[in-house]
Amino acid sequence: MNSEAAVGNLLEEAKTIIGDQQAGIRDGIVKSIYDTSENITKDVVSYTSANRVDWDRKIDNIITSPVWGFPIMFGILAVIFWVTIAGANYPSEFLAAQFFWVQDRLTELFWALNAPDWLHGFLVLGVYSALAWVVSVMLPPMAIFFPLFTLLEDAGYLPRVAFNLDRFFKKAGAHGKQALTMSMGFGCNAAGVIACRIIESPRERLIATLTNNFVPCNGRFPTIIALASLFIAGSVSVTIASAIATLGVAVIVVFGIAVTLFVSWLLSRTLLKGEPSSFTLELPPYRKPQVGQVLVRSVIDRTIFVLSRALVIAAPAGGLIWIMANNTVGDTTILAAAANWLHPFAGLMGLDGYILMAFILGFPANEIVFPILIMSYVSGGTMVQMESLADLRHLLIDQHGWTWLTGLSTVIFALCHWPCGTTLFTIQREQKNWRWTLLAAILPAGIGIIICITITALARALNLV
Amino acid sequence: MGLTYQSTGRSTTREIFNVHNAGSELVIALAGNPNTGKSTVFNALTGLRQHTGNWPGKTVLRAEGSFIHGGRHYTLIDLPGTYSLHANSVEEEVARDFLCFAKPDATVVVVDGTCLERNLNLALQVMEITDNVIVCVNLIDEARRKNMHININKLSNALGVPVVPTAARGGEGLSELMAAISDVALGRVVPKPVLVRYSDAVEKAIAQVEPKVREIIGAHINTRWVALRLIDGDTKLVQAIQRYYNDQESKQAEAALEVLA
Amino acid sequence: MNNSTPLNRLGNGCCALVTELNAEGLTRRRLLDLGLVPGTKVEVIRRSPLGDPIAFNIRGAIIAFRKEEAEKVLVVQVS
Repeated sequence: MNSEAAVGNLLEEAKTIIGDQQAGIRDGIVKSIYDTSENITKDVVSYTSANRVDWDRKIDNIITSPVWGFPIMFGILAVIFWVTIAGANYPSEFLAAQFFWVQDRLTELFWALNAPDWLHGFLVLGVYSALAWVVSVMLPPMAIFFPLFTLLEDAGYLPRVAFNLDRFFKKAGAHGKQALTMSMGFGCNAAGVIACRIIESPRERLIATLTNNFVPCNGRFPTIIALASLFIAGSVSVTIASAIATLGVAVIVVFGIAVTLFVSWLLSRTLLKGEPSSFTLELPPYRKPQVGQVLVRSVIDRTIFVLSRALVIAAPAGGLIWIMANNTVGDTTILAAAANWLHPFAGLMGLDGYILMAFILGFPANEIVFPILIMSYVSGGTMVQMESLADLRHLLIDQHGWTWLTGLSTVIFALCHWPCGTTLFTIQREQKNWRWTLLAAILPAGIGIIICITITALARALNLV
Repeated sequence: MGLTYQSTGRSTTREIFNVHNAGSELVIALAGNPNTGKSTVFNALTGLRQHTGNWPGKTVLRAEGSFIHGGRHYTLIDLPGTYSLHANSVEEEVARDFLCFAKPDATVVVVDGTCLERNLNLALQVMEITDNVIVCVNLIDEARRKNMHININKLSNALGVPVVPTAARGGEGLSELMAAISDVALGRVVPKPVLVRYSDAVEKAIAQVEPKVREIIGAHINTRWVALRLIDGDTKLVQAIQRYYNDQESKQAEAALEVLA
Repeated sequence: MNNSTPLNRLGNGCCALVTELNAEGLTRRRLLDLGLVPGTKVEVIRRSPLGDPIAFNIRGAIIAFRKEEAEKVLVVQVS
């Protein structure tokens, strides 16, 4: 039976039957279906009282108003950052204290058992302390930020953000729903890349995919927050400090958005030329978020996520750092040798060799970059107990000579460097083209390097450092 | 031949859609417009018994879950949220192909109670493809808050299929929905969908094309609907029919070879 | 239908009936599927802070288009 050809022939036959009416046929079919829906609806729906306040419309009048739309948007973002920064401090210090108390006990245990030094070093100072760092520095901000953002999503606010910002994306030759994929990127860039599926035009989907990394994900936020707290807010009282740190983080995020728009614009005028595709966006009714459920679900979800990544990625990385710090080539440790080798280039960018190495070793997951950096500094010889921001300040500024430029360059490079391994893997899986995946890595890294070198050269030329 | 062909044919096409354990379970599809609370219904029915992946060959998210009702195991497939089934986007194509070729034992169309007119558009299109439809009027609590009253019995009569009001967020109406699903899936209730009447010209053309459709592809797919799509010049459906029937024939040939070997 | 205007010309709060879609192919089919068949009532709800896109109430849902799509929908204003 040759049914395939026969079905094709039927199509031709149908065409001849319908003849010259073909043009209007789709309109007629869709109209008939909608008319039927309309008639049924009229029959079955009745209103008990017609005049009712339309709250959605009233809320939208404010949230998308020319005057208040943008201030509210940045206000909400700032409040979320502020709650994250102010709220994460205490649990972070608490977790650090607990973890390092356990670390001391572990050390005592190893001593009591007469365990060899290398075993204690590898397991306790390497593997365990990497775990401790990742969990205590990274978990609290993630476990606060993520649920807050999910609440916003649940309430129906994100489509309004896309509605407000679409004009910018249109100017950049990109799709308005890119704002939604960027919002997802705040949680996780891999999730942001998957979210790019909502953009149907392949060109605009690629633009959104390639630029998603300019939104700092949950794994990079804590680094930015820690550095902002350290540098911008280092010298003032605690309450003002978190407010100023919030401002710093907000500026970084806005900078990331600006870079996204610029790179999108650049791509749509060079590699990815083309006309904007059609854009339709539904603004769904606001819904009261299921607060309890969201909080419980996303806090547990984040905790499991961070803990599992800490086990799978941070623990081996910690072991590796310890090995590198305690084995020598010639008369320096491998760690120092690698850092020294990277140092000249890192110096041009306002960083040092250790910082650049932490970014490289942090390729599997962004949340281990900062912990790796601290560990490499600490294992460089001076063992210190780190339980508060003040200790961190001491380590970076007093012992390793960080200036404001080092801090700024590190934050900028945290925002603009290659995406983490998971994100690149996701890009490859979604696009199935290694050239785009490669570009997704080179593009942000190149931009980050250029910005850092420019700022550093300027600052040095003007004698600002 | 009829019954065995039907059942083997069905499970092989379901395999193409990655439906697990298709032979032994009842497969339920969940369709609906975006923003109707469809995923809330899905989560409420399946709880934690769900896993996600992609639709075969498509970068469209696919969620599958399961629930047990009356001692029977149901697999629930969450179709992408769409406004229509006219295959204007990958999502619409995926949803339509599943309904058309995997032939779920029942299809739940989740509609937003506050926005019935827009949502019934999709329900009516689903009912053209399959008879086994349950309409779930979700967000009924919001409709009440808007002082809307929906006459569920009248709606059920107008559509010719079971209609269940729910407020999935609060868990309202979910047990009734499960009962309605099992009634339809097990054949205890046989829906008689009321079909859209098209203009005389279209109806006349359908009358001419439909017998030929029946002749060529038999009764595996709703012939009136295929005729309508052909009149609309839907080349994608023709390609899909060719693709799925090819796949199915080759799978059956493979199975036959295995038996012989 | 010579007094038809493109949908994007209407001010916020205006209501109109669709008369014609000035689009072909996929764009036309998409607009139709959103419910913009001739005779459908559309209300202009609001404009984005930067003037574009524009949000409309189409059969009970609030849907936003960019100017490029909205100007393809021809309407007559009603009170």
